[in-house]
Amino acid sequence: MNAVFSLTRLRAMLAKEFIQMRRDRVTFAMMLGVPLMLLVLFGFAINTNPKHLPAALVTAHQGPYERAIVAALEATGYYHFTHVGISATEGDALLARGDVSFVVTIPADFDRRVDRGDHPTLLIEADATDPSASSGAVSTLGTVAQEALQHEEGTEAQAAAQKASQVEVVTHLRYNPEGVTQYNIVPGLLGVILQMTMVMMTSMALTRETERGTMENLLAMPASPLEIMLGKVLPFFAVGAVQLTVILVAAKVLFQVPFVGSLWLLLSGVLIFVMALVLLGYTISTLSRTQMQAMQLTFFFFLPSILLSGFMFPFQGMPLWAQDLGEALPLTHFLRLVRAVMLKGAGFTDVRPTLAALIAFVVIFAVLALTRFRRTLD
Amino acid sequence: MTEPAIDVRGLVKRYGDKTVVDDVTITVEKGEIAGFLGPNGSGKTTTIRIMCGLLKPDAGTGRVLGMDLARDALKIKREVGYMTQRFSFYEDLSIAENLDFVAGLYRIAPRRKVVDRTLEELGLASRRNQLAGRLSGGWKQRLALAACTMHQPRLLLLDEPTAGVDPKARREFWDEIHRLAGQGITVLVSTHYMDEAERCHRINYISYGKLIAKGTVAEVVAGAGLTTFLVNGDHGGQMLRVAQDLRAAPGVDQVAPFGTTLHVVGRDGAALEASVRKIAEGAGVRWAPAETSLEDTFIQLMGASRDNMA
Repeated sequence: MNAVFSLTRLRAMLAKEFIQMRRDRVTFAMMLGVPLMLLVLFGFAINTNPKHLPAALVTAHQGPYERAIVAALEATGYYHFTHVGISATEGDALLARGDVSFVVTIPADFDRRVDRGDHPTLLIEADATDPSASSGAVSTLGTVAQEALQHEEGTEAQAAAQKASQVEVVTHLRYNPEGVTQYNIVPGLLGVILQMTMVMMTSMALTRETERGTMENLLAMPASPLEIMLGKVLPFFAVGAVQLTVILVAAKVLFQVPFVGSLWLLLSGVLIFVMALVLLGYTISTLSRTQMQAMQLTFFFFLPSILLSGFMFPFQGMPLWAQDLGEALPLTHFLRLVRAVMLKGAGFTDVRPTLAALIAFVVIFAVLALTRFRRTLD
Repeated sequence: MTEPAIDVRGLVKRYGDKTVVDDVTITVEKGEIAGFLGPNGSGKTTTIRIMCGLLKPDAGTGRVLGMDLARDALKIKREVGYMTQRFSFYEDLSIAENLDFVAGLYRIAPRRKVVDRTLEELGLASRRNQLAGRLSGGWKQRLALAACTMHQPRLLLLDEPTAGVDPKARREFWDEIHRLAGQGITVLVSTHYMDEAERCHRINYISYGKLIAKGTVAEVVAGAGLTTFLVNGDHGGQMLRVAQDLRAAPGVDQVAPFGTTLHVVGRDGAALEASVRKIAEGAGVRWAPAETSLEDTFIQLMGASRDNMA
């Protein structure tokens, strides 16, 4: 008779947990519904490099130069001129109300200065309340306007306008040349969704038993801490597998995210990540007295994970202390792994450090959970 | 002489500066049905939890079924069946699934056969797929008892098993307890029903964490040294006045109405008799000496131990 581990007892724990999971319809629906909802919301709605932003043109009269500039700007795809030939005050109002993201002002002496060969000025006011939204558009401005004018000067107006619209903007966006946000967001969502559901569900594992009064009975029976822990966390591997499938299929079908790396490498990464997550959830469960507390602790962990892991904001753009905090989160490492494997086709040697970090989390959380587990009701 | 099934000495359990169990020593012989009595919050549940390894005592030693409480907690768990005060099986699992789970944890083989047999014996075979949460109080209690005896424990710890159960179910439950004791299983059962205490071979009375009486029912009643008189009249209103007079009279410790009969109990037999005679004859009601009941004894013990606390 082994006191620490018996397959019969683990089997009993697992059977019970699976039945309870199946009976709890709302939770079960949430485990499948949440990933889909998040995926659709984030995947379609979040766009950190938005195009077709509304713009207004303030100009005294509309000559060939003005038309050339408008055409060139619209050709970048970032600008969509909704108001043309309005006054400066109207432009200010539009910008203040948020009806347009940009106001382009062409001064009255613009044509004369261009013809004289002076340095013409062009004022572009951008609504920078969301810097990430406008930065892409602003970055194209200088070149576009310059080139539009160069082509226009001394040539026939119509031909110039046409040429201007063919202006090529050279940008360096490696791995995601089109700047499609989804390529970055969707693989990241895999990590975020797994983190949210896995940690939240397992954090309830023990507190639910305590709150329903079944813990007393469970502890009075000969189940070891290891068996209870495995019984509680293993069913979530099945849930994780379902979520992974849903997200990968959606990434392919809905968002056309390329998958250039090895599926097996990704699967191993997910497996280790999920292991770390369920053990983290279980650790939270041993720390909390009620399900409410478990929920709060989960969110205490969840928010920094979203903000500091590089999911929402570029990791390298954060101050060093924030990066250090981010390194202490499993999601940070998982995001590196999933983006490297899916988008860059990274191999095992490339992701070895991130895998090692994830394994370290598994060990730490497992030790924490087992030492924190109270074998008595004290 | 064989070793007792329960032999715990000097158990102490504190929560903060509150001593919940204070120097409790209990011995229960093998095959005996031991009653564990006391008012709410007296430390019964805590003591039982210490015995089955769910709580660690702050002081005291003990042997349960010949195994050391501190060292052999896991071995003890396998030999003990513990039925909690509140129904603590899974309400979202069916009856059969609950039994199957318990059978798995105790590694009972052949599992399915034992579960089926238990369901037959319970009379629940036809409702095996019903959720445990849908059962009535009486059935929940029977299911819990069946679940905690399925692994054939040598000791049963029952914590207020009949709370909220109707009289018929209670009687059937006690028949079952006696049947199990007949098979050689030792039973420690906590309760605050007096009629249940009288069904036990021996009783232990605990109050404010202290064990203050133990023995057979007759021993405990005799040990309290109480004298009891019954005062009987015809009208409730009249008896109310008589009761008031009696409560103020010397030698009277308790006056308890039972319909139009009063139980009058006191420690000083002579003073009590003089008071009862005077008041009863003055009011023109009948009076006669009577046997002291277990309930009278416990009320007296509770009052006495509260005095100790103050």
